Amino acid sequence: MRSEILHLLRLEVALDLRQRAAWGGMLLYVVSAVYVCHLTMKDALGTGTWNALFWIILLFAAFNALARSFLREDQGRQLYLYTLAHPRSVVLARALYNAVTMVVLSLLSLLFYALFLGNDALAQADLPQFITAVVLGGIGFAAVLTLIAALAARAGNGIGLMAILGFPIVLPMLLAVMRASQLALSGAAWAETGMYFLGIAALDVVTVALAWLLFPYLWRD
Amino acid sequence: MKQWWWKFLAVGLVLIASIAALRTPLAPAVVHASEGALKPGPNTVTVLGYATRFTQESPRVFVENGGQFIAADQVEVLDDRRITARFLVPEGLREDMSDLLVSTTTQGTMRLFDAFYNPEKGSGALEGVTEGPPRTERTDFAFPNRNILYESIRNLHFHVPMWFTMMLLQTIALVFSISVLGSGNPLHDRGALAAVHVSLLFAGMGLLTGSLWARATWGGWWTSDAKLNGAAVTVLIYLAYLVLRGSVNDPAKRARLAAIYNVFAYVLMLLFIMALPRMTASLHPGSGGNPAFSQYDLDDSLRPVFYAAVLGWMGIGTWLLNLQYRLARIEIAHDHAHHR
Repeated sequence: MRSEILHLLRLEVALDLRQRAAWGGMLLYVVSAVYVCHLTMKDALGTGTWNALFWIILLFAAFNALARSFLREDQGRQLYLYTLAHPRSVVLARALYNAVTMVVLSLLSLLFYALFLGNDALAQADLPQFITAVVLGGIGFAAVLTLIAALAARAGNGIGLMAILGFPIVLPMLLAVMRASQLALSGAAWAETGMYFLGIAALDVVTVALAWLLFPYLWRD
Repeated sequence: MKQWWWKFLAVGLVLIASIAALRTPLAPAVVHASEGALKPGPNTVTVLGYATRFTQESPRVFVENGGQFIAADQVEVLDDRRITARFLVPEGLREDMSDLLVSTTTQGTMRLFDAFYNPEKGSGALEGVTEGPPRTERTDFAFPNRNILYESIRNLHFHVPMWFTMMLLQTIALVFSISVLGSGNPLHDRGALAAVHVSLLFAGMGLLTGSLWARATWGGWWTSDAKLNGAAVTVLIYLAYLVLRGSVNDPAKRARLAAIYNVFAYVLMLLFIMALPRMTASLHPGSGGNPAFSQYDLDDSLRPVFYAAVLGWMGIGTWLLNLQYRLARIEIAHDHAHHR
């Protein structure tokens, strides 16, 4: 099973290297969103607003980036993949790869965001904690949205349906990471934010376990 | 008749509970004191009651601090709801907050918790302390009266049963969905859909009753609160469930996708609703140190009415589901006959 997952991960990387425009599209989406915020919110942002805006941008970037994770193969290739690998390996590999994608995308978003909208909010922050929150948030979005992306792709109704299905489920994750990152921005101690981080990590594990359980039913046709 | 008894029971329970919820009087209570703090020396306080009949009584007024009682030395009844009392407060009261007690002959002893702040703390008063009022138990059937809720406490019997019934129906939908994943039975798929439909009806009534109450008590139709966010997420999830069903045409595929979403969303929603109140402060009764049901029912007047309402509404929800399920069964049988 492990070698199967490794193979599938290699496949994902190969696909991404072949379709470089996809990554370009994801980054451009984030940069555009950040730039729109830069243009519309010229006045100095308070820490709370800065944090909220960042997470909203990241949330929409996550929907945009993860929607394609089950859309990039056509029906025929999916069927072929299905004959080769166990569906549970497929979903674990996808979730893992999506998590890596989201971590990279979150950190790049943070970079652009701090560049364009100022980093005054980070002045008092405990930076390692804030970055932990961003990384965990990215992984959390990936965990929740992997199965939702598969469902939406299966229903044949891409990103629109994914937003409708995913939004209420991702909301708890969003509230938790926003709160944790707000604490990190105000320079709280690890003891305080650590509870949130543990909670988010536990939620990730449960989510991936559910996806692992349910995905075989989704796959079969 | 044999299979109808529970429907009669449900309607009867809802009727009785609703009438009791609206007709039961509120217990008399002391709801306000004109002074916020008591300093050592003479203090004059105007006490406001609710559902009291002070003119027909000869009320005695006390302050309690850390188990020590101070009786008012002058009491003047202004009208049925207002008394003016003068206290000679000794020095050295030991607790931060003092309670106010009004003892009456026919309505028992009423207590306003933490009525006064005690600015100068000591280790207990040495003089001016008296016996407390008798601990009288009221025997009439009345709802507890709190100075933040007043009559709105009746909403407990309408608002909370809606959410309980909704959760019951969603759990039934979950069981149907799990069965669909195992067997692909189209009837169970329709059962899950029916349960979701009825649960959304109850969610709507829960939102309506909650919103009216929030407007009266908090001053806004909707506030950002942990419990309210949980309710919003729940409703959004099941609306999304309906949208998902609407966007797939093939019945077998629709049944499977809907079942997967239902199981996934239900488990995450449950975790969310359990975890969220621990993460954020809440103004909702029953969380964040706000009084709930269990701290109120000193005389157990809420419990019977509430339990009757919950059981009754659950019965009505199950009845609605039962009707929809039977309709689905007829439709499926009809389709089979038609195709043959």
